[in-house]
Amino acid sequence: MLKVNKSGFFTSVQDLGRFGFRHMGVPVSGAMDQASASLANAMLENEENAAVLEITMTGPLLEFEKATWIAISGANLSPQLNGKDIENHSVHKVNAGDTLAFGKHIDGLRGYLAVKNGFQTPSILNSRSFYSPITEQDHLLARAEVPYDEVMEFEPKVTHIIRGDIDKFKTLNVSPGPEFDVLSGEQKELLFKNKFTIAKENNRMAYQLEESIGEHTHAMLTSATLPGTVQVTPGGKLIILMRDGQTTGGYPRILQLTEEAIDRLAQKTFGDTISIKLS
Amino acid sequence: MNSYPIQIKPFGVHAVLIEWPNNIERNILDDILIFKDFLLLNGFNDKAWEMVPAYNSLTLINIHKTIDHKAISIQLEKLYSERKEGAKKKTHLWRLPVCYDAEFAIDMEEVSKHTGKSVEQIIALHTATTYTVYGIGFLPGFMYLGGVPKDLETPRKATPRLHVKKGSVGLARKQTGIYPQDSPGGWNIIGNCPIPIFNSKKENPCFVSVGDSIQFYAITRAQFDLHIIQAEVGIDLLKKESTSA
Repeated sequence: MLKVNKSGFFTSVQDLGRFGFRHMGVPVSGAMDQASASLANAMLENEENAAVLEITMTGPLLEFEKATWIAISGANLSPQLNGKDIENHSVHKVNAGDTLAFGKHIDGLRGYLAVKNGFQTPSILNSRSFYSPITEQDHLLARAEVPYDEVMEFEPKVTHIIRGDIDKFKTLNVSPGPEFDVLSGEQKELLFKNKFTIAKENNRMAYQLEESIGEHTHAMLTSATLPGTVQVTPGGKLIILMRDGQTTGGYPRILQLTEEAIDRLAQKTFGDTISIKLS
Repeated sequence: MNSYPIQIKPFGVHAVLIEWPNNIERNILDDILIFKDFLLLNGFNDKAWEMVPAYNSLTLINIHKTIDHKAISIQLEKLYSERKEGAKKKTHLWRLPVCYDAEFAIDMEEVSKHTGKSVEQIIALHTATTYTVYGIGFLPGFMYLGGVPKDLETPRKATPRLHVKKGSVGLARKQTGIYPQDSPGGWNIIGNCPIPIFNSKKENPCFVSVGDSIQFYAITRAQFDLHIIQAEVGIDLLKKESTSA
């Protein structure tokens, strides 16, 4: 077991998501920044869908009860193995009794911790991704225990990769959404000219943006939404649905983020600014 | 079989949206479900494609495929013109118990004031109607039920509640529905249904499908408590009747 001695701000188990149940209203979930989660898995030669820990901003204090290999990627949250600094985007052997802590939040928002073969929490509806009430919890609490395999023998082909500053990405590539044309010419211009600030209301379900693009009166019937769908409220505020986003919605879907843009947005937090570009 | 002008719209690189005329109509919903079943048999199998029907739309999602929107639009137009009503898929009428006791019906007074109906009249109207499931979304197992009688229409609350109890039965304008889990919500709560609508431990976690019908019947508080215990120990309380679409 991996023992969670301190919980940190918000840490959850995530794989690539829960597919095949959207027509029952079940959100996809899965790692917010899938590129980073996949990188951590790739360094350990894990399956792409192996479950990782998604660690938000303030990391937990973890204790390994069995030996294994770990890889860390995504946001740089100053990881420390047994009290000693280790590099982000690196692979390490851990022994029984080792501790992993996190310190200062250097860049990004969400870090990823992979173990060899992935975390082995129960798979419910084809996924280990935390989403309450499909899984009991939506995040790990102190004293939680997360199962994983004991692995002694592994020879990593890659022990460290160089990945540039995760904060340098400030542009989200999008395609027009189904209701793009309910916007006026002026509103469209604002969308692509303005810079937008991430509001306090940002989590695994949705990111709200602070700036308004002006009111609209378009009424529509509830219809499907996707992770990365940008909705506009009647007041003109933008809401970007993320991995835990609801499967249907009644606000106009004016833009759709690319998968890469969802990953990049997942590393942004309150007060960060972004711009939007048609790809 | 009615034919409708449909519109096919790109929805990112992994999804395509098909829209019917912008009306809430049983005939439109039936046409959507017929087309969905036809697509399943004609190259859009459910291993690769997720299909989300709702009111006047059908969204096809394939996360493993970069969709060529021009090509798929032509393909879908053609399939729509060729669609056939297959072996009629069974839809179900589900009878669900609701306890309308004051303890649960925290907005009954407001609904009564707004509609000018007594509590008894509201319960009689709410249970006399057969509702259509036009969509499932917002939360796992949350049904958008259409067909609320005009006399019961009540606008949603000006300020949504932060906590609506699991099982709460709500009214909002032309819609009624059940909150399948504790959640924030802005509908007027007039009762509580003890049957869990969504259960992730079951092989089929949601017994209701879009296109099914729902009718409510009133139960006492004692029956409600019994149903809660029965649901916990796994006794199946569902009453269903099969009908053809």
